Amino acid sequence: MRILFSILSFFFTAALCYVLDTKSVFKLPFGKFLSPQAGIWQNAESFDADFSDELKFDQLIGHTNVYLDERLVPHVFAENETDAFFVQGYLHAKFRLWQMEFQTMYAAGRASEVVGDVALNHDREFRRLGLVYAAEKSLVEMENDPISKSACDAYTAGVNQYIASLTYSDLPLEYKLLGYQPEKWTNFKSALFLKYMAYDLTGNDKDFEMTDAKASFTKSDFDLLFPSKQDSLDPIIPKNTFFSLATIQPVTPAFADSIYFDFLKDTIAIPQVEMPDQFNGSNNWAVDSSKTKSKYPILCSDPHLKISNPSVWYEMQISTPNSNVYGASFPGAPGIIIGFNDNCAFGFTNAGRDVKDYYEIKFKDNSKSEYWFNNNWVNTTRRIEKINIAGKPAFYDTIAYTIFGPVIYDASFSGKNNKVEKNYAVRWSAHDNSNEFKFFYLLNHAKNYCDFQQALPYLKSPGQNCVFACKNGDIAINVQGAFPAKWKGQGEFVMPGFDSSYMWQGMIPQSENPFQYNPVRGFVSSANQRPVDSAYPYYIGSNYPVYRGLYLNRKLSSMKDITTADMMKLQTSNYNVFAEMAMPILLKNIRVEVLNENERKYFQKLENWRFEYDENTTAATLFELTWSKLTDTIYNDEYASKPKNTARPYKSSLLDALLRDSCYKFIDNITTSNRETLEDVVIAAFKSASLEAVQLEKQNKLSWSKYKDTHVDHLLKLPGFGAEHLKIGGNENCLNATKSSHGPSWRMIVNLTPNTDAYGIYPGGQSGNPGSRFYDDGIETWAKGNYYNLWMMRAEEKNDLRVKWKMVFSKK
Amino acid sequence: MKFITSFILMALLSFSLCIFLPWWSIAIACFLVAFCIPQKNWVSFVAGFVSLFLLWYALSFWMSFQNGHLLANRISTLILKQENSFLLVLITALIGGFVGGFAALSGSLIRKNFKHA
Repeated sequence: MRILFSILSFFFTAALCYVLDTKSVFKLPFGKFLSPQAGIWQNAESFDADFSDELKFDQLIGHTNVYLDERLVPHVFAENETDAFFVQGYLHAKFRLWQMEFQTMYAAGRASEVVGDVALNHDREFRRLGLVYAAEKSLVEMENDPISKSACDAYTAGVNQYIASLTYSDLPLEYKLLGYQPEKWTNFKSALFLKYMAYDLTGNDKDFEMTDAKASFTKSDFDLLFPSKQDSLDPIIPKNTFFSLATIQPVTPAFADSIYFDFLKDTIAIPQVEMPDQFNGSNNWAVDSSKTKSKYPILCSDPHLKISNPSVWYEMQISTPNSNVYGASFPGAPGIIIGFNDNCAFGFTNAGRDVKDYYEIKFKDNSKSEYWFNNNWVNTTRRIEKINIAGKPAFYDTIAYTIFGPVIYDASFSGKNNKVEKNYAVRWSAHDNSNEFKFFYLLNHAKNYCDFQQALPYLKSPGQNCVFACKNGDIAINVQGAFPAKWKGQGEFVMPGFDSSYMWQGMIPQSENPFQYNPVRGFVSSANQRPVDSAYPYYIGSNYPVYRGLYLNRKLSSMKDITTADMMKLQTSNYNVFAEMAMPILLKNIRVEVLNENERKYFQKLENWRFEYDENTTAATLFELTWSKLTDTIYNDEYASKPKNTARPYKSSLLDALLRDSCYKFIDNITTSNRETLEDVVIAAFKSASLEAVQLEKQNKLSWSKYKDTHVDHLLKLPGFGAEHLKIGGNENCLNATKSSHGPSWRMIVNLTPNTDAYGIYPGGQSGNPGSRFYDDGIETWAKGNYYNLWMMRAEEKNDLRVKWKMVFSKK
Repeated sequence: MKFITSFILMALLSFSLCIFLPWWSIAIACFLVAFCIPQKNWVSFVAGFVSLFLLWYALSFWMSFQNGHLLANRISTLILKQENSFLLVLITALIGGFVGGFAALSGSLIRKNFKHA
């Protein structure tokens, strides 16, 4: 009996340990997870944690000092560049390892390995888009260049040295939560990360949706819904700039009118699994010395991206005998991306050009080994992708590559549903050879405009509007990237894949990309608007945001004696030109006599409103509600019978149409016998908006910031790990383009005085550890519209009070 | 006296083993101490339970306190659906306590088998 008890007790204890050490019974290995000496408590970083350290590694050549300031921003002083990149890799890993690895696994279509088959569709779409293929090509190009190879090699070695030092108890929290281990970093992962950014910034195409619209409307209706002209455009390169003739003259394919511009034909209805946010945009500008109080140029840049924590940005200074650069870096890639050095500053906005097109492919049979092209059956190359899935057997996907690129959608994979029997190949500029590492390397070292120009050609994808300013007084903006020279309308819709005449016929030569250098008006600026007017000799499409650029140029034209404080005010401005232009339509058409008491109260608020999307205003909410109801009232009847994915007109197209023509065709509700007028639909929209506003007011959610509800989620959207209900104004058409989970991800202002005077802020913190006080310490400050001083430290300032910790790296 | 000794030894040995070995080495520690120091079975259990309960409570509370309960609040929101750092510390301590208690009980029972044989 006693023996039985002993055995029972022994095995029970062993079983208890097993259960608490694995995920066999509970979702988490609770013993391992909560054990104070190894589990999550180890990630509870003490408020007075000491980050000072002395580290020795074989790979290092010299001695590197890293001074961490009170915000945990590292100021790296290295004796040579290889060591500097090694240390950058080490620091990125030390503070952001989980995020770096997760983002690159996501980019590689390997998310299922971590989170299970919920991510399988994502993984398949990314692999079929050829993101891995693109990164492989970019890796070859990068490793062929000794400079970028050496930078990436050192960076990778630094990351791996940190990973090698980790025990279970040191692992970032997310590994413990999800139950996996970091793998070795490689240069390929850095390449993947840059390709992910290319995806994020060039991926928002509407080709399928527009093809459905083409199939659903007559040509004249289509032209009304999707006009090729934006009435209020103020381009990046001012109107009436002279452009020389195009050296590449793309030829429209024969019979395109009947084969390609064929209205009211088959729809496609491919719902893409993923779509980067269409508001992945940005503002940037530079003013020259004639407009500033300091008599030196000021450069401002704020990229608008999905805002999540840990942030995509990591702030740091890297100083070597060759360069001294400060700014925001990407954990996952060497160098500084948006920042400044001792001579100049640089920033980017998305060029927003369409560099991703689709071709319909006809295969000979289900083997997908041959496709019809130029009256022949042509062989595909096939690539088998193995997708590992946590807790399940691996999934194998066969992807056919054509002359255009990989076949992304076919009968086996049509986005979110598996029904479409057609095949579509994707041609994406990110598939072409490029070495963006070299671009950032050269930019970080640029001393003058000439160096900036030499760096530019290395930036091929994603295309960016690059703003540059130099202490010698130069300012410039270049629309930079590898952009296909297209015939008018090329790539707006899915193209036929059987005919080489639909292929891209060449890339616009570097020298023909639009640019501006020291313009007379004293400033350069961009806010993702169409870069040029119709004088530019290449076709560049029409889908560009209009209103931020209008406001920015209006202000910059009139501002004088500008200080950094003025720039902060401008960068965080909540003024909305869209509302300014649209409000007269509402005010003119709403007759007060038909309104009830509540509606009158709301109407008055609108009347008194100055188009500021401040956090406490209720008028902005009322306007947004009304405009969205108005849009629905105008278009929903026409769209009711169309496929769900059919493209909708842009906000600016509707506004332009109503300003031009109060009898806009789509105002009339086609399901009624009456003929509705603009007044009818505006009043109906306002009344319907008011009803919703009453409900919101009851819930105390009518103020703009409460209605918009900006939040910064953890990358995995873990409850409790994000910052919620932020008090912040703005929206997509304000310079402060903060939406609910999207907005200015790094605000930077650089006054290029002899001693650089710079400010910056991002919604996050330097540490990626959710158990650190540095995890989200910047969010409140960011929401308030405040900035931190960006301290370009000099080596002799090592005893400055701002220096809190010191890490020393040296040779073993 | 034996109780106090085994209580202290269990905590000390558990802490030391965990520096080098995985968390479940607390079971080895309690098992060994209970095996070496003869006590009534239930007394061994209580010694193991209380020893590890207090050790894990003290350690996790101290780390959480130094952290302003920042992490504990996040984790408890995530897995307990409520912001309650105290509850997370308590669950941690209970896990330590039960593993320690049953390991000690096993040690005590098995010792008696040996003696018997």
